[in-house]
Amino acid sequence: MGQKLTIEPVTRVEGHGKVTIHLDDENQVVQTRLHIVEFRGFERFIQGRPYWEAPVLVQRLCGICPVSHHLAAAKALDVIVGVGPDNISPTAEKMRRLMHYGQFFQSHSLHFFHLVSPDLLFGIDADPAKRNVIEVAREFKDLAVQGVMMRKFGQEIIEATAGKKIHGTGAIPGGINKSLSIEEKMKFLIGKDPLNVDQMITWAQGALDLFKDYHKKNKNLIDNFAKFPSSHLSLVRKDGALDIYHGVIRAVDTEGNKILHDIDYQDYLDYIAEEVKSWSYMKFPYLRSLGNKEGWYTVGPLARLNTCDFIPTPLAQKEFEIFRAYTNGKPNNMSMHMHWARLIETLHAAEMIKELLDDPDILEGELVRKGNKTIEGVGLIEAPRGTLFHHYRINKDDQIEMANLIVSTTNNNTPMNRAVELVAKSYMNGQEKITEGMLNAVETAIRAYDPCLSCATHALGKMPLEITLYNSNDEVIDIKRSE
Amino acid sequence: MSKPIIATTSLAGCFGCHMSLLDIDERILELAELVEFNKSPINDIKKFTKKCDVGLIEGGVCNSENIHVLKDFRENCKILVSVGECAIMGGLPALRNNIPLRECLEEAYLDGPSVENNEERIIPNDEELPLILDKVYPCHEVVKIDIHLPGCPPSADMIYEALVSLITGKELKVPYEAFKYD
Repeated sequence: MGQKLTIEPVTRVEGHGKVTIHLDDENQVVQTRLHIVEFRGFERFIQGRPYWEAPVLVQRLCGICPVSHHLAAAKALDVIVGVGPDNISPTAEKMRRLMHYGQFFQSHSLHFFHLVSPDLLFGIDADPAKRNVIEVAREFKDLAVQGVMMRKFGQEIIEATAGKKIHGTGAIPGGINKSLSIEEKMKFLIGKDPLNVDQMITWAQGALDLFKDYHKKNKNLIDNFAKFPSSHLSLVRKDGALDIYHGVIRAVDTEGNKILHDIDYQDYLDYIAEEVKSWSYMKFPYLRSLGNKEGWYTVGPLARLNTCDFIPTPLAQKEFEIFRAYTNGKPNNMSMHMHWARLIETLHAAEMIKELLDDPDILEGELVRKGNKTIEGVGLIEAPRGTLFHHYRINKDDQIEMANLIVSTTNNNTPMNRAVELVAKSYMNGQEKITEGMLNAVETAIRAYDPCLSCATHALGKMPLEITLYNSNDEVIDIKRSE
Repeated sequence: MSKPIIATTSLAGCFGCHMSLLDIDERILELAELVEFNKSPINDIKKFTKKCDVGLIEGGVCNSENIHVLKDFRENCKILVSVGECAIMGGLPALRNNIPLRECLEEAYLDGPSVENNEERIIPNDEELPLILDKVYPCHEVVKIDIHLPGCPPSADMIYEALVSLITGKELKVPYEAFKYD
């Protein structure tokens, strides 16, 4: 077997994400591309599986936010089993929400403490050997411990609701398979320091303060780096509140005008389409009404805070007001403000976890409901990185016949490519050599999106990035790898 | 005495095994004291800068690039560990092994209900993209693997205990009942 495999001319070193940059005769950037290089074929190979396997199968797209896929699939199956996402029992919905906020809390904490904090604490231009969480642990031990404990808290919420920290089984078609025990509830509510929800709220506020302080000192970088006009799309609750579990799809243009008016996501195919390009395994989604050239949009924390009208928890709402006032209520198009938005959401997640833990429905009640089966359903959820679409159709033997997945990072495909183009042009136009600084700049732009390339190909930490520079004759003039 | 050196990578995996490694929580700080990390996605070392004692492999082998990385790990690591079901037997992505690759690609890029404007019937195919293999292969079919840690993902405790055993030279015991998919 091995021999056959070695026939492949393997010349490429490790690297999931890859950027290519083409220059003309005057060394002006004429083309940039972010290539996604892995393909797995989930949509085809789950055909033929019994539909109830979907929530545990498809979450294995991604070990970083498996809960998102688990819940999106379960929500689609709620429709298929005839219960519908609006009619699952209060206990089921609240347990699922608790699981989801737990995930938001752990995933956002991971991104901020493990991935972004080295840049803030040591500086974006610091020695690359220093920019990692181990070095943060050496020099800022308290902060590193906070990050580790915040992630642990989120993971333990997931374990309590899904049975397992990674790839659990909590959500089932039409409901949930367990409620929370009183012991679990009390552990999270008033457990020994530091693992209780009040401590988490305090630490989330601390992280937000850390970022705001950094922003004050580095205004130019945070406000102007990779800034470009974009439309924004996300789920919102029917009354316009930020909601990451259920609601309707809203999109706004760069001025804040609604371009998708709170539509029912069962009809997503009427509004959203995807384009295929030969140079990336990741497709390019767009709004049909604006076409494949103009219809691209951004998803994720920034998009969510740009589309929603308010945040339904008091501390996060206060931060949201400051955030919105910064751009006079208009959509915020500053790529680096994604970190800010993410931390506001982290605080909101902690507040929601507290609210849910105090809700009596979480401890007992009806777990699963039944209905009249249909053959097709769509599940939509806001994953930590943005809107996630799952769509399934089954046959008369209960086997999955069709599956369509549009994952968060795919929704951000065009914006990430835009960010790369913008940064490449501003840093590299007229240059013949790529410096480390230019490379870091491109990576920083991509990292702001917290791309979950496992859902499309993932790398934790800095994406292994290779930049190839071509001249106008398509000859390689320089290759630079981040290391 | 210099610290034992550890390297990690994710091939055709979901990063869940790396996440399970992070689930050792506070012990990650102890581990940082006990060992030195070399090439790994949890730091910025992208190429081996020295020979390593232990290499942790997550994920099976699904494309030409995975082969290259895996061989690079074999050359640079004394002990190579298949961490999790994908590395051990291809895992969930190996569900595609019974289906012609073309069908998987056509479903994603030609027949998907949201795919539009693909009159030219484009399936991604570019010199920048690594070649997809006919199947997803377990790591031990490509290089010699010394140790297998089962689970999807293996528990944080199992990963931690295995690491401590390997770097302290103690016998590694994986209980019989742990050898199951999940």
